[in-house]
Amino acid sequence: MGEYFLLLVSTILVNNFVLVKFLGLCPFMGSSRKLEVASGMALATTFVLTLSSASSYLVNQYILIPLEIEYLRTIAFILVIAAVVNFTEMLVHKTSPMLYQVLGMFLPLITTNCAVLGVALLNVQTGYGFFESILFGFGAAVGFSMVMILFSSIRERLAAADVPEIFQGAPIALITAGIMSIAFLGFTGLDRGLN
Amino acid sequence: MFGGILALIALAAFFGLILGLAAIVFKVESSPIVEQIDALLPQTQCGQCSFAGCRPYAEAIAAGDAPINLCPPGGENTVQALADLLDVEVLPLEEEENADLGPMVAIIIEDTCIGCTLCIQACPVDAILGAAKQMHTVIESECTGCELCVAPCPVDCIEMVPVKQTLKSWRWPVPQYTVNNEAAASIFATVDQALAENTRP
Repeated sequence: MGEYFLLLVSTILVNNFVLVKFLGLCPFMGSSRKLEVASGMALATTFVLTLSSASSYLVNQYILIPLEIEYLRTIAFILVIAAVVNFTEMLVHKTSPMLYQVLGMFLPLITTNCAVLGVALLNVQTGYGFFESILFGFGAAVGFSMVMILFSSIRERLAAADVPEIFQGAPIALITAGIMSIAFLGFTGLDRGLN
Repeated sequence: MFGGILALIALAAFFGLILGLAAIVFKVESSPIVEQIDALLPQTQCGQCSFAGCRPYAEAIAAGDAPINLCPPGGENTVQALADLLDVEVLPLEEEENADLGPMVAIIIEDTCIGCTLCIQACPVDAILGAAKQMHTVIESECTGCELCVAPCPVDCIEMVPVKQTLKSWRWPVPQYTVNNEAAASIFATVDQALAENTRP
């Protein structure tokens, strides 16, 4: 149990996907201008990451390894993730219009996100089991969501702040992201301390 | 190697089959008018219409909540197509910049000016210099950007251009409220008050 908790803390804070591993920067910069959009994106990413780490584990374990075609892992993962996410999108669209309203348009957008593929590949590289893979994906997603929400709240305030003209828009957002990243580096070693 | 290719093809075919079936089984009946509008939009999902994507915009048009001229990527053609489909009037494309250009000033294109003095008579602040059959010009520091001189000009030689920003004329931009309008508005009211008391030189 403690091991799983440690895995969660380590993926959410210490090895945060956005600010420490620099994966998934595109949605991080692109859809963080408004808090509502960012939270929708965060929810959809949580969903996709958890789902994709589970499905990619299954594909790796039961198709790629028995057939000895591990070198096709990347392309196979992209295929599986895209298919599973699209399938889920249709399912959600049919069964729950409410949920579709929240997640709908983000799901296809993040299907081929590098964070999603990154989680799947890192799962295999680190040799996580099925449950650990899901937990790792979920932890990565929670970390991503947390950073998304923090960053979009900051950006909403930045929009009303006295920013010199040359720094307005993307430059100040990038500087802010850099400072946040430095702050997150402060968590380094926390997982070792907890162990 | 062929094993790998075959395995991937099999995997892709399997998922393709599932997705194809799912598209039939989980088909959602939506309003046909939304479908038709959505088909005319460029599907860039750019959000410049202020909706989250092409489909939400199509729904808003169908519900009558949005005008048809909010799609810059689609351009005039899309507006025309939408107007034909919905049998409404063609609206000029909404220029998003118009609101943001800030103060405007009139300039006279001097090559075209015939010296008719009509704009001088129209100007409420005497910001246009010139005499009959002489070329006119606008004193930019006096021009208020009221656009009253544009209509009388018989040769359309007056243009409104944004005031060029200099170090002296630059000002802090007005804050944009997003969420929590009321809370933000009260904060900004306080800030405005404080600023008014200590006006910047």
